[in-house]
Amino acid sequence: MSERLDVRKTYKLLIDGAFPRSESGRTYEVLDARGAFVANVARASRKDVRDAVRAARAAQPRWWSASAYNRGQVLYRWAEMAESRAGELAAQVAAAEGLDATDARASVGRAVDRLVWYAGWTDKVTQVLGGANPVAGPFFNFSLPVPSGVVAVLAPRDSSLEGFVDAVAAPLCVGNAVVALASETRPLPAVLLGEMSATADLPGGVVNVLTGSLDELAPVLASHEDVDGLDLEGAPDAAGELAALAAATITRVLFPRTGGDASLRRLRAFVETTTVWHTVGQ
Amino acid sequence: MSSRPLANSELGWLAYDPAPESSSLARLAPSYGLFIDGAFTDPGAHQQVPTVNPATEATLATVAHAAAADVDRAVRAARHAYDTVWSVTSGAERAKYLYRIARLIQERARELAVVETLDNGKPIRESRDVDIPLAAAHFFYYAGWADKLEHAGFGADPRPLGVAGQIIPWNFPLLMAAWKLAPALAAGNTCVLKPAETTPLSALILAEILQQAELPPGVVNIVTGDGATGAALVEHPGVDKIAFTGSTEVGRAIQARVAGRATHLTLELGGKGANIVFDDAPIDEMVEGIIDGIFFNQGHVCCAGSRLLVQETVADEVLRRLQRRVEQLRVGDPLDKNTDVGAINSRAQLARIEELVAAGEREGATRYSSSCALPEHGYWFAPTVFTDVSQSHRIAREEIFGPVLSVLTFRTPEEAVAKANNTTYGLACGVWSEKGSRTLWVAQRLRAGVIWANTYNRFDPTSPFGGVRESGFGREGGRPGLAAYLDV
Amino acid sequence: MSTTTLPTTGARVRLTAGAGVPVVETEGQLRSILASLSGVDAVGAEARAARLATRSIKRTTKRAALDLAISMVDLTTLEGADTPGRVSSLCAKAWRPDASDPSTPSAAAVCVYPDLVAHARERLAGSSVKVAAVATAFPSGRASLAVKLADVRDALDAGADEIDMVIDRGAFLSGRLGQVFDEVVAVKALCGDAHLKVILETGELVTYDNVRRASWLAMLGGADFIKTSTGKVGVSATPTVALVMLEAARDFAESTGRLVGVKVAGGIRRAKDALRYLVIVNETAGSAWLTPDLFRFGASSLLNDLLLQRLAQRRGVYVRPDEFSGD
Repeated sequence: MSERLDVRKTYKLLIDGAFPRSESGRTYEVLDARGAFVANVARASRKDVRDAVRAARAAQPRWWSASAYNRGQVLYRWAEMAESRAGELAAQVAAAEGLDATDARASVGRAVDRLVWYAGWTDKVTQVLGGANPVAGPFFNFSLPVPSGVVAVLAPRDSSLEGFVDAVAAPLCVGNAVVALASETRPLPAVLLGEMSATADLPGGVVNVLTGSLDELAPVLASHEDVDGLDLEGAPDAAGELAALAAATITRVLFPRTGGDASLRRLRAFVETTTVWHTVGQ
Repeated sequence: MSSRPLANSELGWLAYDPAPESSSLARLAPSYGLFIDGAFTDPGAHQQVPTVNPATEATLATVAHAAAADVDRAVRAARHAYDTVWSVTSGAERAKYLYRIARLIQERARELAVVETLDNGKPIRESRDVDIPLAAAHFFYYAGWADKLEHAGFGADPRPLGVAGQIIPWNFPLLMAAWKLAPALAAGNTCVLKPAETTPLSALILAEILQQAELPPGVVNIVTGDGATGAALVEHPGVDKIAFTGSTEVGRAIQARVAGRATHLTLELGGKGANIVFDDAPIDEMVEGIIDGIFFNQGHVCCAGSRLLVQETVADEVLRRLQRRVEQLRVGDPLDKNTDVGAINSRAQLARIEELVAAGEREGATRYSSSCALPEHGYWFAPTVFTDVSQSHRIAREEIFGPVLSVLTFRTPEEAVAKANNTTYGLACGVWSEKGSRTLWVAQRLRAGVIWANTYNRFDPTSPFGGVRESGFGREGGRPGLAAYLDV
Repeated sequence: MSTTTLPTTGARVRLTAGAGVPVVETEGQLRSILASLSGVDAVGAEARAARLATRSIKRTTKRAALDLAISMVDLTTLEGADTPGRVSSLCAKAWRPDASDPSTPSAAAVCVYPDLVAHARERLAGSSVKVAAVATAFPSGRASLAVKLADVRDALDAGADEIDMVIDRGAFLSGRLGQVFDEVVAVKALCGDAHLKVILETGELVTYDNVRRASWLAMLGGADFIKTSTGKVGVSATPTVALVMLEAARDFAESTGRLVGVKVAGGIRRAKDALRYLVIVNETAGSAWLTPDLFRFGASSLLNDLLLQRLAQRRGVYVRPDEFSGD
């Protein structure tokens, strides 16, 4: 029986809605959980980081100015796309995390449900985190949560899809744009999910997915002066050093933490509170 | 040869040719049964009642009249579904059903818009741009709550009430169904929905959508019928919650009926909304807002801005502009995409409007009605404005629920507030001014559930809607809308 | 049905109806008139414009409206690279937009830089097509009044029927309203019978309140037309800006008895958009404005799309763009 030779896929970066190779031309080998070769993946450079942050900065105002309802529809659409390509995601999760097919498929299901959960948050965070304040005097005073801006996410090292969804969807759903560095050793589920974002009406630049060396790129992201928020989940060993770099421009930092409801913590991590005072009188 | 310039007289008024939406988009069955336990009952098993197109008086379909025994079956199906399925379905799974329903409404939006317009008489522009998208948005919004109830501010593990009996009006048939079903299902209740007797069709299409969404049988049951059907639902001991939208008169009766029972109740009743216009209002947008406030949906809106309170210094100016704008309203075929004002929903409602307008004339108010031509068949009423209205006139006190505006004047903000509050209702008010501090001052003193500033008749699933005083209690929309279906 | 007929006054400008344009002698008078104008609520105005865009124009109305729109086009070329040859083909196109169908109306005007007016004038001799010139240091308006007037005089001497002047947006935005007004008055005085279109450059005025005030300023100064844009900045005509300007023209006419036209320019490329503007005209200022004397489109590629749609209406099928010349 002659077997058909499969057509293999090139895995690239996601920057500004396009899928470039690294401007450096570098790649690195990704292996599966058993050490077998899976693919040569783009190894992003400092300049790719620069381009991704620039794209995120440009895209963020439009993403935030879209209605919360619209952002919810887009994230839900992302979940629809992920579900429709669940098999493909599951295969990569299985390879990356060493899971059997059933467990991998279950993980994808949880990731999709998580995305749906975040989709529902877009038009609810304001109601949960904001509110009116009964100040003394003839004033109407209210507080609104607003996004920090551009959030750099060092995605979890181990949880290649579920962890990635949590780390990326949380800042997105409150109106931030994201530059995510996928798990260095298990990047492919994140790359796939990034591809799906491009068919989910997510405007280019709102989500950017980089692959490459954590040691090389994390300091670049942490010290980038136009990054407003930094999620250090994927760099527990270097969190202190990276946070110190981020301090130069008072970047908001989310430290890795175990226990508690990580996703709600993430939801609050990259929002600011804006309070408005308005006079009341005839 | 030189081509000639076009003379204006050759075009005349840019009189739009008819641009009718196709009624064949509505795939209606000749007759409908009840939707109980996930399936339609045999139409032949029930008394069949025609539902007519109010624009033509033609019968669209016949629908079943649910008797008390049918209501009982529906409630028992809902109870069974609650006990065996829905109360053990996780929030995340309930959410996904609701998202499916939202998507299916979006997919079948055009068909639903046509059905709504045929059955109700509202302009296709409104059913297409307001009713149907908002209905989908409502399911979408509450879908997002189903899997995060613990964050809604009602405690760590808020519980549903059980079986909800929901009675909705004819003015926004599908939208009211969405307002009722979405939060109830998100919170974990099962439902028995009773659509209005003159507008049952979109709810029956919704039943098909629930089947396409594979919602477990019995989670939503839809029983068509009249007031007797509604009464049977209210009186059924198996119902844990009654949610009613409709007239204050019926609301009063329902509250009396459930008094002393453990039944939860929310009521969304009538109104006599005041649209308050100050002399610094943005004049063109304000005129549009007054028009929207009273002529949207032929004035069949419980929160309609049916009283215009205008500051004396600008009264003449506002009325002149208003009259010009009323003359421009295009009244006629609801399926025409260019129609602004459609048909009155029923002969009975038309009679009620005519009676109150006659009373207005008798009591000495000055009537102006649009000179628009009205179709021969169907139920129609020309957009009408009354001036020289006093607070004591019936047209200033009673809900007309039609395209009739009563204009009063005021001199100071206090007087505006006093006049606006001089009603037993308290659903909605509008304030028009470019001075924010005064708008907020007025808003804090108005006794109304919803206050719009420099806009009117805005609805959003995230925004609570409902009244105070005899306009009812309980809220639909936002977090308070969720509370109406939780045991909190 | 009884009708209450109410006295006619302007948009809170206390002028007697039909009493003519008020004489503005001091900057103070101008300021008080402009200050008395009602504000524009941006949300409401944009919602109104969006709703009018949902009007559905079909059949006979569509055919008539397409012809009307063609007759309202100021076919425009305002490039540094313009040549007499380019202007010649533009003139031919404006005169007989569809050579294969003589029932096609001519465009309203060709709009060119002053140095090409004489050439256009010559090419259009015997036609109904007017020659319009942009002047007053178009598009920025950054020159002394003397230079601006010389620019206008040049164009008039070369035979321009219409002058499209720009206001000094810098002066307007910094509150020197008297200066802006005086320039309009001076240019109008020079124009005499030639039609004066005053370009507000609404994209630089930014707010609708500014658009309304600038519209009144120009009309009080003697503008025959108020025009949205030069087409040379990022934001050109929008339906909402047109709505606000048409409201101003309507209110000005009610107050003064003088009908001022409105020209929308920049970025209008599709017949569908043109028809939407006609709907806004019809439902805001009214059908009296549905004439090339009171409403114009400043455009270049729009004309071809109008012709394509006109042909498509006649043939009942979609047609290919190559049916018409690229001019």
